Amino acid sequence: METKKIEYVDFVVTARKYKTTLTKKYLDRKPWQPVQPGDVNSHLPGTIVEIMVKEGDHVEKGQLLCIHEAMKMLNRIVAPFAGIVTQVNVKIGDKIAKNHLMMKIEAR
Amino acid sequence: MTDLSKNIQELRKKKEVLKKGGGDAAIEKQIAMGKLTARDRILSLVDKDSFQEFDMFVKHDGRDFGLDKKDFPGDGVITGTGTIYGAPVCIYAQDFTVAGGSLGLQHARKITKIMDHALKMKCPVIGINDSGGARIQEGVGALAGYGEIFYRNTIASGVIPQISLILGPCAGGAVYSPALTDFVFVVENISKMFITGPNVIKTVLGEDVSMEELGGARVHAEITGNAHFYAKSEQECFGQIKELISLIPANNSAKPIIVEKKNPATNLNIEDVVPSDPKQPYDVRDVIKCIADDSKFLEVQELWAANIVIGFGRIGGETVGFVANQAMVLAGVLDCDSADKAARFIRFCDSFNIPIITLEDMPGYLPGIDQEHAGVIRHGAKVLYAYSEATVPKITIILRKAYGGGYIAMNSRHLGADFVFAWPSAEIAVMGPEGAANIIFRKEIEEAEDKNAMREEKVKEYIEKFANPYVAASKGFIDSVIEPKETRALLLHALKLSILKEEYRPKKKHGLPPF
Repeated sequence: METKKIEYVDFVVTARKYKTTLTKKYLDRKPWQPVQPGDVNSHLPGTIVEIMVKEGDHVEKGQLLCIHEAMKMLNRIVAPFAGIVTQVNVKIGDKIAKNHLMMKIEAR
Repeated sequence: MTDLSKNIQELRKKKEVLKKGGGDAAIEKQIAMGKLTARDRILSLVDKDSFQEFDMFVKHDGRDFGLDKKDFPGDGVITGTGTIYGAPVCIYAQDFTVAGGSLGLQHARKITKIMDHALKMKCPVIGINDSGGARIQEGVGALAGYGEIFYRNTIASGVIPQISLILGPCAGGAVYSPALTDFVFVVENISKMFITGPNVIKTVLGEDVSMEELGGARVHAEITGNAHFYAKSEQECFGQIKELISLIPANNSAKPIIVEKKNPATNLNIEDVVPSDPKQPYDVRDVIKCIADDSKFLEVQELWAANIVIGFGRIGGETVGFVANQAMVLAGVLDCDSADKAARFIRFCDSFNIPIITLEDMPGYLPGIDQEHAGVIRHGAKVLYAYSEATVPKITIILRKAYGGGYIAMNSRHLGADFVFAWPSAEIAVMGPEGAANIIFRKEIEEAEDKNAMREEKVKEYIEKFANPYVAASKGFIDSVIEPKETRALLLHALKLSILKEEYRPKKKHGLPPF
């Protein structure tokens, strides 16, 4: 029987270090990032069909920022709170993935 | 007489044409893709001369988009009955050479008819998927067909074993029939399974991904966990299915066939397999080899969530299901995927009267924000649920570590285990010594002049007091501390003692497992 040489690494579980191997899925996991309240992210993959604001604009809470067509639905993306649009990372026609940072709003 | 022989001639001619499916050109194309034809697949699976076809003469009833002028032999699916090692099975195979194996209402009704038959005959049903998907021209009729299949998959779940082979494309809604069945088999380069294909992903996202990268055999065997068995060729896949069929019973009121007892065939010494240092890894499948008949083990979901090992073997000729923590992968922790994997397997064993043997060596649950956010609480709870719910014989061997929530989860006495044995190397404690000492002796460690020396001393103290099986044994939580060499003999004994086991649960419509 052929035996493959396995490379073991250190892995800590509750303060104890074990020798083991890691799975691809474990190594590929995405690092967690805290949620930024002013980030306007896409909830679905889709296309930007209309943009109502530009950088520097003042927006009210609930004001329409853009229309994001996803799953055959024209989704209205609105401002989470009143503030200044500090970033617009999309243009009309962009195809974006889920969790794409579309705009940033800074509370004012 | 002459009329009859004329009729017979006619029948033979009809059958000959229908058996050709989509015709020579389409068959050639199928073979060029590296695939067998639907008929050859069935004939490779069942015992020689045992296949009896159903519904060869069924025709579709599509009326729109020119379907009324088209003839689809067998409506793109072959169904029937046969035997595997003499045991009856119902089987169907979608025929990609006929209209791309597309599913219309009559195609689906042929499948549901053979499923109903299997449920009445109480024998396993095997489905071979190789289809372009819904026959769009038939519209909602095709959707009705899928729905009627899913309904039967659910009704038959836990009554008869259901096996799915993905031997070609299986896309869109079609994937949900395999997903509802007990075991899904995939073959390298042949199986393709996804809800939305590369074209849709390209249109919506502009991202390029191949079918293989999106939903090929390897993806489902290693990343998604949708597949249970992975093979390099169709022939290897058929071999796996036959082996599985030989190990499981025909239905939930039967027991697996008991074969002649064989001693383990391995040269491994069970005392050398597991290192005494609890931090050192090893392959827990070597322990299984030391206790299973002929050292044979049919591993399920080998490539996915490899930190837990599940699969079938025999002890004393009787089929058992093994659930074992794998120290050499992620230190054998429980996490979302491994909990799902173990829980579903335990429920299969319980449904089909297969005793469960748990080999425990685990440091706890996988720490991490991603795990907590992925719902390790509700996933982990499935293991508790599955073990507690199971009424088949449940035997646990604690090899080394049994810490905290993991100790409870891995078929502890408290969840209704029938036999719990521990090796002298077992450490049954609320957590690993380092973690426990840090908490219990926090004050002493903080106040000490040399904190590290004090911590080490306290860890040592904790190890001496608690990192052993005797505290749990003194409370009767484990039945006995045994020598590793006694393991197989004790398992033989425990299985023999459990042969008449009966355990009842309160009457209910069904439980609510945390899925």
